[in-house]
Amino acid sequence: MPTKTPSGRLELLQGTLDMIILRTLLLGRAHGHEIARHIQHTTDDLLQVEHGSLYPALHRLERRGWVTAKWEKAGDRNREFKYYRLTAAGRKQLLHEESKWRKLVGAMARLFGTAEEESS
Amino acid sequence: MNSMNWFARLFGEKRDQRKADLERELQDHLDLEAEQHRQAGRPADEAQYAAQRALGNPLQVAEAAQEVWGWTWLDRLMQDLSFGFRILRRNPGFSLLAILCLTLGIGANAAVFSWIEGILFRPYPLVVDQDSLVAVTGTNRGTTDPDDVSWPDFLDFQKGTTLIDSWIADKITGSTLSIGDRAEYALGSVVSANYFDGLGVRPFLGRGFRPEEGVGRNAHPVVVISYKLWKNRFNGDPEILGKKQSFNSVPHTIIGVAPERFYGTFVGYAFDFWVPTSMQEKFDSTGYKLEDRDARWIEGFARLKPGVTLAQAQQEVSAVAKRLESDYPATNRGRGVKLFPLWQTPFNNAGNLLPTLGIALAVVFCVLLIACANVSNLLLVRAFARRHEMTVRLAVGAGRTRLLRQLLTEGMILSTLAAVGGLAVAWWFRNALVLLVPFRGVPMYLPGTMDWRVLLISVSVALISTVVFGLVPAIQTSKVDLAAALKAETGGVVGGRGKKRFRSSLVLVQVSLSFVLLVGAGLLLESMQRIRTSSPGFSTEHVLVTGVNLFAAGYDQQRARNFENELMDRLQALSGVESAAYGRIPPFSYAMYSSAPIKVSGYQPRADEQPSVEYNEVSPRYFSTLGIPLVSGREFARTDDETAPLVAIVNEAMAAQFWHGEDPVGKLLQVKDRSMRVVGVAKVAKYRSFMETPQPFFYVPLRQNFSTRIGLFLRTQQGIETMMPAVAGEVHALDPGLAASAMITMREEVDRSTSSQRIGVTMLGVCGVLALLLAAVGLYGVMSYVVSQSTRELGLRMALGASAGDVLRLVMSHGLALTTGGMVLGVTAALALTRQLGSLLFNVSPHDPLAFATALGVMTVAALVACFLPAWKATRTDPVRALRD
Repeated sequence: MPTKTPSGRLELLQGTLDMIILRTLLLGRAHGHEIARHIQHTTDDLLQVEHGSLYPALHRLERRGWVTAKWEKAGDRNREFKYYRLTAAGRKQLLHEESKWRKLVGAMARLFGTAEEESS
Repeated sequence: MNSMNWFARLFGEKRDQRKADLERELQDHLDLEAEQHRQAGRPADEAQYAAQRALGNPLQVAEAAQEVWGWTWLDRLMQDLSFGFRILRRNPGFSLLAILCLTLGIGANAAVFSWIEGILFRPYPLVVDQDSLVAVTGTNRGTTDPDDVSWPDFLDFQKGTTLIDSWIADKITGSTLSIGDRAEYALGSVVSANYFDGLGVRPFLGRGFRPEEGVGRNAHPVVVISYKLWKNRFNGDPEILGKKQSFNSVPHTIIGVAPERFYGTFVGYAFDFWVPTSMQEKFDSTGYKLEDRDARWIEGFARLKPGVTLAQAQQEVSAVAKRLESDYPATNRGRGVKLFPLWQTPFNNAGNLLPTLGIALAVVFCVLLIACANVSNLLLVRAFARRHEMTVRLAVGAGRTRLLRQLLTEGMILSTLAAVGGLAVAWWFRNALVLLVPFRGVPMYLPGTMDWRVLLISVSVALISTVVFGLVPAIQTSKVDLAAALKAETGGVVGGRGKKRFRSSLVLVQVSLSFVLLVGAGLLLESMQRIRTSSPGFSTEHVLVTGVNLFAAGYDQQRARNFENELMDRLQALSGVESAAYGRIPPFSYAMYSSAPIKVSGYQPRADEQPSVEYNEVSPRYFSTLGIPLVSGREFARTDDETAPLVAIVNEAMAAQFWHGEDPVGKLLQVKDRSMRVVGVAKVAKYRSFMETPQPFFYVPLRQNFSTRIGLFLRTQQGIETMMPAVAGEVHALDPGLAASAMITMREEVDRSTSSQRIGVTMLGVCGVLALLLAAVGLYGVMSYVVSQSTRELGLRMALGASAGDVLRLVMSHGLALTTGGMVLGVTAALALTRQLGSLLFNVSPHDPLAFATALGVMTVAALVACFLPAWKATRTDPVRALRD
């Protein structure tokens, strides 16, 4: 979900949001707001995710069968939220994406290797 | 829309559930986010606002999330549909006009499709697999006229062919049925015993014929009756099977009742009974023919085996015919059999109607094109009127494809409504063809068929026409240039712009097509007029025609002779009768003349040809009664009877061909195996229709060639109303159980043969007027638009001193220029196309100047009227207001 970013924040690449969501759900069930918060925390607000773009992505993942959704009671309060969980297919997809991502990162690192050493 | 509620309900429930879910989910998100902000110490309203800002536009989020589930195409369609309906309802005038135009176009097409399907392609309801059924006719080398087939030949073809499943013989006949106290004429058919099995028609009650019932001279008086006859005349008697009913004085056992929708295999009539070939002699006043290879009377069908093509079957049949030619040279020299697909059937009424229906199809297609052009034009006018709406929608970010889809949806709504209306119109008119065919004593039956093929083609035509004619305006509209749209757009009467060119060319097409139709209508009208005023070679005035069927009444030869003599004496003595005569076949009737191979000494036919000529059996005074002049020799006399030497009268064409123009009076003519002396030469007349070319023909005395079924002609100054009861009284006095057939004038008899012209002229006339109206509406639309778009220019011109007359002339000349262009195109097209009317034109050139001039005149007047209103409106332009706006 590419979003216009204020300086210093990173624009998300196409498909990256899906991966981030799947990665988040690896830790267990979560509802939309938890996912949003988690992304902000773990990336130190570096990744700008407009909350609104989260939901179409969640529904897309649900439709593909990578996550399931269910209205469930929250652990800490007496209220139902729509919780998302990773499915087996989702787990497999995440592994697949992860290895692809690592390859890409490796390749990019090698490509930019010299420049990075110089600047650091 | 109401009609779509069920649809929405069916697909909408799951979607609504999902939507509610999503709303709750997003609300939860907002609540939690706001809560978090409050915990961080911000005031409640600020927290709420921050949460909302983080989420973004909730409607967009919801729509994007819903789109994931793929239901939105349906949503959009529903939206487009309901929006389209709203737009169409807001412009009821436009919508009604567009739908009316399309309804007429589609309805006319669907009706003609249904006629073609029901009369030409699948004319016989309940008959299975009509695609594999072909019509069988005899051929005679040297002539192109189709002939019938003899029964022995028919059997040989059946035996000799392997590619054909069944040979089905069929011969129209009729009988006067007396059931209870009612006597009515009923049409029937003499058919081969395999008739019902071969056609795949299962009788509703009882059975069809058994193979043995087809053979043995008069051995099997059994009959299958129609459902209608069973219902109407036998009151649906459930015990009908096994009962006897007299047909042509022979009691027949009713063995079956045909299913309700089966009406036989003769295009044009619904049959009421079927008898097997063994009974042929009882239903044919011209004698027993089952063992006569020279008596050709069968009109038949053959069912090809699966996978066999017409060409393959024809090849095999021709081989058999060749063998028969060498086996039976005396009767079969030059004779063959030709197979036709059903729609080209040369006998029954299919043959007559084929060219007419072809023309009808072309004509209604023209009307559809014109109607579509009009709708396209209307859509365009409206599209320009909606420029503002479109501009706004584009400006707020609607995609062009979405706009295009919206406009196409509107087009689809129009065409769907029109298709429904058109099919309803076609349904009403499916049986209308019969109204154009004159009554021939028995009601004609020419039903259109609205089967799935007709529906499919009609709906496709409707949809294709929408896409083609709706797309152009749609593209034009969605091509709105945002920048240009901000400026005031005005056009001019003089300077044409690109967008106007499309509309003008639509008008050109409309004008030229309707011009072609008008020319066609004019030509056919003129042809009808020529037919009315030209002489068929006999008098059409002061001659009345009726007939008596002594054959069906069971008279034997001697009794019939006495009856005919006595009746003639009584008729001659009737006051008001100038002369009276008999003839076996009245001219221009559907009944077949006798035909026989002839020989003339001194005339050498080609080796493989066997000239055969048609003739009529007539009484003394036939020529003077009908007003056919003799150029040489004498009429038949009472003395030319069965004891006197055989005589004949030939026509001029026959004299010219066989005696090379010499006067044949006194010469001998060999007719089959009888030698006759020629005693007279008659002028050539028309024998079957006005369209025929002069052909050889001869006459023989009725007394020497007796028939128990005869036509009766009276020359009198009296009308039918006085002569009919007088003749009926004389017939009744001789035999109370006998009735003469309905009396008509010779004029009516002749008019009956012009049904094709009548259908043609009606179709072209109605469609021509329709086309003219549609084209005038189109022209009016374009001119109104031009005027409304050029108010500013007109205002300027008037402010600079142009008078109302100048403005009127300016606008009118623009409209007339368009019309003239269309008419130039129309003349060119008409010159090329009217030749197709050839078979319907009598003594009229397809390029007849009068028809063209009339069409030009009518078109010009229509154009003047259509242009005048907008032009007059233009003169009312208020220069001040026009320039200020």
